[in-house]
Amino acid sequence: MDIFGRLTIESLPFYSAIAASGAAVTVLGGLSVVAVITYFGAWRLVLFQWLSSVDHKKIGIMYIMLALVMLVRGFVDAAMMRSQQAIALNSDGYLPPGHFDQIFSSHGTIMIFFMAMPFLSGLINLIMPQQIGSRDVAFPFMNAVSLWLSMAGAALVLISLVIGKFSTAGWTAYPPYSGLEFTPGVGVDYWIWAVLISGFGSTMSGINFLVTIIKCRAPGMTMFRLPLFTWTVFITSVLIIFAFPALTVACAMLALDRTLGMHFFTNGMGGNMMNYINLFWLWGHPEVYILILPAFGVFSEVVAVFSQKRLFGYISLVLATMAIGLLSFTVWLHHFFTMGSSARVNSFFGTMTTIIAVPTGVKVFDWLLTMYRGRIIFKPPMLFTIGFLVTFVIGGLSGVLLALPPIDYLMHNTTFLIAHFHNMIIPGVLFGYLAGYMFWFPKAFGFKLNEKWGTRAFWCWIVGFYVAFMPLYVLGLLGMPRRMEHYEIAAWQPHLIVAAFGAFIILLGMICLGVQLWVSVRDRIEALDLTGDPWNGRSLEWATSSPAAPYNFAVLPKVECRDAWWDMKQRGVAYRRPEKYEDIVMPKNTFAGAVIGAAGFAFGFAMIWWIWWLALLSLAVIGAAIIVRASNDDDEFVMPASEVKAIEDARFPQLAKAPKNAMEDEPGFAGQPAPEAAA
Amino acid sequence: MTVENARALRWRPCASIVLAAASAAVLCGGCSVLDGPVLSPSGPISLAQRDLLFKAVAIMMIVIVPVFVMAAIFARRYRGTNRKARYTPNFDFYWPLEVVVWGVPAAIIVWLSLHLWHYTYQLDPYKEIDPGVKPLQVQAIAQDWKWLFVYPEQNIAVVNELAMPVNTPVSIAITSDTAMNSLVIPALGGQIYAMAGMQTRLNLLADKTGTFWGRNVQYSGRGFADQQFQTLAQPKADFDAWVEKVKQSAKALDAAAYEALAKPSQKVPVTYFSGVEPGLFDKIIAKYSHGDSDRMPRHSNTGAMD
Repeated sequence: MDIFGRLTIESLPFYSAIAASGAAVTVLGGLSVVAVITYFGAWRLVLFQWLSSVDHKKIGIMYIMLALVMLVRGFVDAAMMRSQQAIALNSDGYLPPGHFDQIFSSHGTIMIFFMAMPFLSGLINLIMPQQIGSRDVAFPFMNAVSLWLSMAGAALVLISLVIGKFSTAGWTAYPPYSGLEFTPGVGVDYWIWAVLISGFGSTMSGINFLVTIIKCRAPGMTMFRLPLFTWTVFITSVLIIFAFPALTVACAMLALDRTLGMHFFTNGMGGNMMNYINLFWLWGHPEVYILILPAFGVFSEVVAVFSQKRLFGYISLVLATMAIGLLSFTVWLHHFFTMGSSARVNSFFGTMTTIIAVPTGVKVFDWLLTMYRGRIIFKPPMLFTIGFLVTFVIGGLSGVLLALPPIDYLMHNTTFLIAHFHNMIIPGVLFGYLAGYMFWFPKAFGFKLNEKWGTRAFWCWIVGFYVAFMPLYVLGLLGMPRRMEHYEIAAWQPHLIVAAFGAFIILLGMICLGVQLWVSVRDRIEALDLTGDPWNGRSLEWATSSPAAPYNFAVLPKVECRDAWWDMKQRGVAYRRPEKYEDIVMPKNTFAGAVIGAAGFAFGFAMIWWIWWLALLSLAVIGAAIIVRASNDDDEFVMPASEVKAIEDARFPQLAKAPKNAMEDEPGFAGQPAPEAAA
Repeated sequence: MTVENARALRWRPCASIVLAAASAAVLCGGCSVLDGPVLSPSGPISLAQRDLLFKAVAIMMIVIVPVFVMAAIFARRYRGTNRKARYTPNFDFYWPLEVVVWGVPAAIIVWLSLHLWHYTYQLDPYKEIDPGVKPLQVQAIAQDWKWLFVYPEQNIAVVNELAMPVNTPVSIAITSDTAMNSLVIPALGGQIYAMAGMQTRLNLLADKTGTFWGRNVQYSGRGFADQQFQTLAQPKADFDAWVEKVKQSAKALDAAAYEALAKPSQKVPVTYFSGVEPGLFDKIIAKYSHGDSDRMPRHSNTGAMD
């Protein structure tokens, strides 16, 4: 057996100019990161402050950096597909089928697993512990392992552009097509191992977040005083814990089929592809809610803060979130009404699906009622929220249509379906995450993002969304299937050209996001957030300094009601100097997480290319890292009270320098919380 | 103009751009989509599916329109700079409103669910369209990357062309000799998956003559985009003439010819076979299932069993 398994020099992408340039961009991107770190002499900082960090805020930031990089990569895939379809009437376009198929597979895989999931974990990591008045997540080291396993999965997808080819089986990898018989190359294996390895990280994140919310809340922070973002994280964590094992099992069985020649899902020999499809969507449908519930949480925070008003219908919103969480496990079959189930089975799952529209509708109206009799300030996060509200209900409409089995028979596998789920995921998930990114950025870095460029990004995204995806609804009604590399029906082309133009507008939105980051870093001194509370916030994350101290809270806050921080401001106990500080026990940094991630990457790579010695070696490294870390009792240090005092004392002169909340300059500002406002 | 007004006005042009773009997209879609297979159907099944689509859209407007209206009015009226609007920062619960926001969507869903059950049973693709009329039997076999249609009663087979007499129910038994496929003829009705070792079924009827495209819509590899066929819905006499024409073909679909045909190929022209190996469809299924009928997604084709 060859020492490099099935890896040969032919695996390099010199067979096609487009593939080779994709590989070149990937390699140059990696090299330029190394070059920038070296240029700034930042290796010590990167290694000892970030790669080895177990601080939930830094881990959150690294997750979001990964998400933004993968958003760019996923968008490039989308732009290539849109341009190919715009020109491929009776022509092959510029992408051959084998390449086009890899692109739609990697677009979906990247956007779900390596853009949305890291973005979600990043926002949760950054904010949730601070919202519940905690100093950290429950298991800081496990948190680092989760991050580095996600990185390992993303790295496998990226490296597939350079070595070998990616899957052509779509982001769902339906067998038997994804089996060895039809796709013998490494592509599907890249998909399997990237998803499996990052899936382990996601499962551990779910456990971590759930335990954190149950065990680490500040005194007085009862469950029904939790900010709504934390509530959505709570439900999402439950969904992650119950749903991800189904994906792990499905992927592992598919890997056994492909690697050891087993027959779980093959055409013959007793295999049955229907089992995979059930397992996949048993994860896949809850996954949609895993992604969107925290975005709903962001919208709930944003709409209250920028309407300068209490959130309307808190209990309704919590109950609706629970209902969605529960129902999300009862609808998976609606992804395959067309697989031959009886009318009775299809009716049941169709009905359960339409029922989800009820709690979702409740949420939409509660957000609107939060705006009612408010004083709305149109900052970029609020713009994304309003854009979401209006656009999302269109996706809800098409979703209910697809939940009706007779209509699904017609619209399934067409671009109508594509338009529907992008209509949920772009305004619902991505707008939510972008709103959260612009809302909480000052909490991460101590300065605000540029609002002008944020507003421009919003308008490009929302206009681009409509122009790119409304034509896909029309194309669905014209019968156009998804995943068409070329086509012969001339009536489709005008719509595809419009859609491609929409993708171009979204590109402008991406550019605005990039410019926003650049301009904000350049002008950060003018946008410093000295108070830690740049938006006149309501929940506890705004009680900490921006960026928060490593321990978040020098003294754990005492919570007396919902909107805990607003209440403290109202009672005049905010920013109060405690009488004394105490020693704080903190977790020590460790490289074990990064080592496990690197070994996880090596293991995945080895399993893809059948390099068995490397697989065993990397498994041994993971085992050793866990054992060494677990037997090390010296994993915490004590930050003495004097050091805490020094850090906190440095904050008070800053507060004195910025007595005014930045929102007070807004013409729409409704006033600081004051005792009389409580009436 | 005050500063406040100027700020409030600033985002209004942007809003109108959105509206303009959205309506342009809808308009440019509007004209051609009405002639599309989904909105101008050619059979009772697809017609009923379209009617359900219209009904569902209409009922949901009860929820959708208020969202648009409220979003527009609230965003404008309660903008921070409008000091004339009422401001109630602590207004966070009012039970009649809660009843409405839960009650109205729930009522719509109850109405919709009743329709859903009715239509799902009525339009079950396994259900015979008219129990009094014996349907034309067709067996569809998905191959890489083409469709083979066998007419067992006529003892003919055709690649990439499906003919049927108009106003006669057609019952298509479907299987796959390759990866999973999905058979759809949008003008006539919905789709159903084709899976190896299993048989699924689609009952259709064309009540207009014409040529309607059909295809595989489940991605199945590099030849997927070209895996399509034409459906000829003809008067009975024309259909009989078509059958005679196929019977004139010199080619017969014996086991060897089938093996050759089943190999992956793309853009295969319409091909006629005047005779078919007996029991070919069942043999293709048995190749994968070894007679294990438990693998079937559904045992019966009457829709009575689950």
